[in-house]
Amino acid sequence: MTPMIALLTLPLLAALATIALPRRARAAAAGIGAGATLLAAIWVAVVVWRTGPMDLMLGGWQPPVGIGLRADGLSVALGVMTALVMSAAVLAARFEHATTGPGPRIAFGIWPLILLLWAALNAVFVSRDLFNLYVGLELISLSAVALVAISGKAQAVAAGLRYLLFALTGSLLYLAGVVLTYSAHGMLDIDLLAARTPVPTDALALGLMTAGLLAKTALFPFHVWLPPAHAAAPAPASALLSALVPKASLLILVRLWFEAMPDMATAASLLTLGGLGALAVVWGGVLALVQARLKLIVAYSTVAQLGYVFLAFPLAGGAGAAQPWSAGAWTGAMFQILSHGLAKASMFLTAGIFIAAVGSDRLGDLRGLARALPMTGFAFALSAITLMGLPPSGGFTAKYLMMTSAFAADQRGWAAVLVGGGLLAAAYLYRPMAALFSADIPAAPRAVPRRWQAVPLWLAALAVGLGLMSAAPFDLLQIGRPDIAAEGL
Amino acid sequence: MSLSIFALTGAALVGIGIYGLLAQAHLLRRVIAFNLIGSGLFLFLGAAGSRGIGIDPIPQALIITGIVVALSASALAVTLVVALARATGRATLPDEETPR
Amino acid sequence: MSAALDIALCALILGVGLATVVGRGVFRAVIFFITYGLLLAIGWARLGAIDVALAEAAISAGLTGALLLAAQGRLRTMKTEAEPPARARLPAALAGLSVACVLGWAWFALPVDQAPDLSQVLPESGVGNPVTAVLLNFRAWDTLLESVVLLTALVGVWMLAQDADWDAALGPRFHARPNGVLANFGRILPPIGLIFGVYLVWAGADDTGGAFQGGTVLAAVILLAMMAGALQPPSVAHPVWRVGLVLGPLVFVLAGIAGALLSDGFLTLPLTIAKPAILTIEAALSLSIAATLALLVIGPPDDQGQDA
Repeated sequence: MTPMIALLTLPLLAALATIALPRRARAAAAGIGAGATLLAAIWVAVVVWRTGPMDLMLGGWQPPVGIGLRADGLSVALGVMTALVMSAAVLAARFEHATTGPGPRIAFGIWPLILLLWAALNAVFVSRDLFNLYVGLELISLSAVALVAISGKAQAVAAGLRYLLFALTGSLLYLAGVVLTYSAHGMLDIDLLAARTPVPTDALALGLMTAGLLAKTALFPFHVWLPPAHAAAPAPASALLSALVPKASLLILVRLWFEAMPDMATAASLLTLGGLGALAVVWGGVLALVQARLKLIVAYSTVAQLGYVFLAFPLAGGAGAAQPWSAGAWTGAMFQILSHGLAKASMFLTAGIFIAAVGSDRLGDLRGLARALPMTGFAFALSAITLMGLPPSGGFTAKYLMMTSAFAADQRGWAAVLVGGGLLAAAYLYRPMAALFSADIPAAPRAVPRRWQAVPLWLAALAVGLGLMSAAPFDLLQIGRPDIAAEGL
Repeated sequence: MSLSIFALTGAALVGIGIYGLLAQAHLLRRVIAFNLIGSGLFLFLGAAGSRGIGIDPIPQALIITGIVVALSASALAVTLVVALARATGRATLPDEETPR
Repeated sequence: MSAALDIALCALILGVGLATVVGRGVFRAVIFFITYGLLLAIGWARLGAIDVALAEAAISAGLTGALLLAAQGRLRTMKTEAEPPARARLPAALAGLSVACVLGWAWFALPVDQAPDLSQVLPESGVGNPVTAVLLNFRAWDTLLESVVLLTALVGVWMLAQDADWDAALGPRFHARPNGVLANFGRILPPIGLIFGVYLVWAGADDTGGAFQGGTVLAAVILLAMMAGALQPPSVAHPVWRVGLVLGPLVFVLAGIAGALLSDGFLTLPLTIAKPAILTIEAALSLSIAATLALLVIGPPDDQGQDA
């Protein structure tokens, strides 16, 4: 119980400190808060690893009166991935500020917004209450929108506004489903709802919540807000927005379809989700292929990479849950969430370093930069391996698990999507790689400190390490997993 | 009887808000439309929570929380609209008047 | 009789709601929206939800209305492009109509009331007002996060300032005429509002009211005093205001941790001290809510903006 309280309150307290403390103490408070929260996330994971899922009944009240929280394997895996990405972003932001001098406004706002986002993500990862998740999602959206607009440029303000309109639409759709759920059952707890007596309005409630969460996850065709928003933010913020923010709504979708209302998962609805995921893989990949700016390529790649996760719905959801291949598909999708988070954050942080070096992220301006910044070029290549799904990366483990499930289930169409998506990723990542590693000599890039360059390299190495040592995270994810199948393949 | 009137009013308000959201491009109108949809949903929930013998206080607490969250989002949205107008001279999003 | 009254009220709510969406002119839409909020508050009172009625009137109609009015005024002084005409009206109307019909169907398809029985646990909450019991005890985690949402919105709003204005006082530069109506109101109303706001927080434990409603009234007091020139808007750098903003969430988190250290768990309030604990949290919370709401309405520092 204690580690969970630490995980929830430490980023919150640090955020409050960065608002209240005088200017000189802010960055230090953010650094201390980040370090402490990282330790808390690891602590929770260790306890869950050793003793199983951890419950926390807030205020001592059991649902349906109070709000129940639970840290299971999936929560703590996301919590640790988030903590690693957040810590890296905080470090990168500090190094960036030391180089560029961001002005007093951004120097004030970036720390509380990052920490508030972190607190909200942790709250969503462990919450079992649908309305509490709504409040958590709103907290995520508001801090994320502020991070998108923080540069103050007209483009960033417009991108932030468009993002906010989508996020609010998504929130209201989700809220409509929550309202119907409470009106019908008088409860909001995921475990209580799993044992409910089904009623005719349940399908509508689940449909509304799903539509809202899809808008927030930017699944095709709700993705149009994501690339301009993620490209407009400063690089450390882009890393959080792309690697972490869509994972919160994605997690709630997984909780709804696999834990709260698995009985409502009809074959047609699962096929729709999987189909939209497949379209996202293709469409996001194609659009990434035609972008001229690195940050936009990386942002469109997020649209594609999130699509893979939805292939788990037809493979492991509904009637498929009872099949032996469902565990592999579900775990593969969760692996994809984790490895994409690490690799995508690394990639946005490398983009920030390139921008600091040459003042632009147009591919034409990046030619030959890997020679001047070999560490950063290497980090980019490593995270590209993960996004392409090549061995031995975490992305490979994810795709391998989903691929074997697709063949076992004799649903080879999904396997084709996995292969095709990998080829597309190779194609759209080849262009920035070819520019970076070209023989041209760049025109006098500014020097970037090695400790700053080390930050994305660490994240990229972790993304590859996830594949090299996949047994431990695999076992962790199984702790408290919805009992969809006793044994995997 | 009365409860159904309020619940159906809530449902109709959601519909009115959706019309405003889709038909009006001015961003302040859209902020108002979001608020209409939210309050319509809350009215539905409030009516549902009044069906028992006593009034269920949980929906009321959820609604008060929801009202505060809606205000927070509206405040950020409205400030973004003013910032956009200052930068571009418009209170509509750039490429939306003419669908591509 | 009462059904007729409700039908008339609901018809009025729908009519005014429709006017905000289809009526001509953004300024009129905002005025209609404020009226709409007040009518809806009457509707909540008819449903017996007095706490919600207060929140709706004070927060939705009052503060959201003030935000929209101020923004509309800023857009007008900036000579923003005229509002484009409504487009795609038929598909939009069909979408709205079908969603309304589906929700209407859902109302009649709902099973009979399933509300959890709180009669056993309410006496253990320490307060007599069941809504306060839910907000500050049973679902205190929601309320804590909600106060953080407000604070996040404020930081986000501040990030939309222009860098050159960052050290200036918050809000557009404002000139109140020293002997105008506003200045007089601004001197008379704040003391009355102050008493009313404090009363709402205090009474909220057992009767109607609470931290959010009381905090909103206090925010209105602050805003009036600022508009009358009796209180200067602070700059972001003002340390007392910044501490005031975080005080409520901070006390709430610390009380939660104290519950974990001294009692049964995070956010646990033992019955013997539940009421004083709730009142302490509410007092700090309403202070922070008042400060946050007031600063949300006056907006980011804006030295060029002139408004009056």
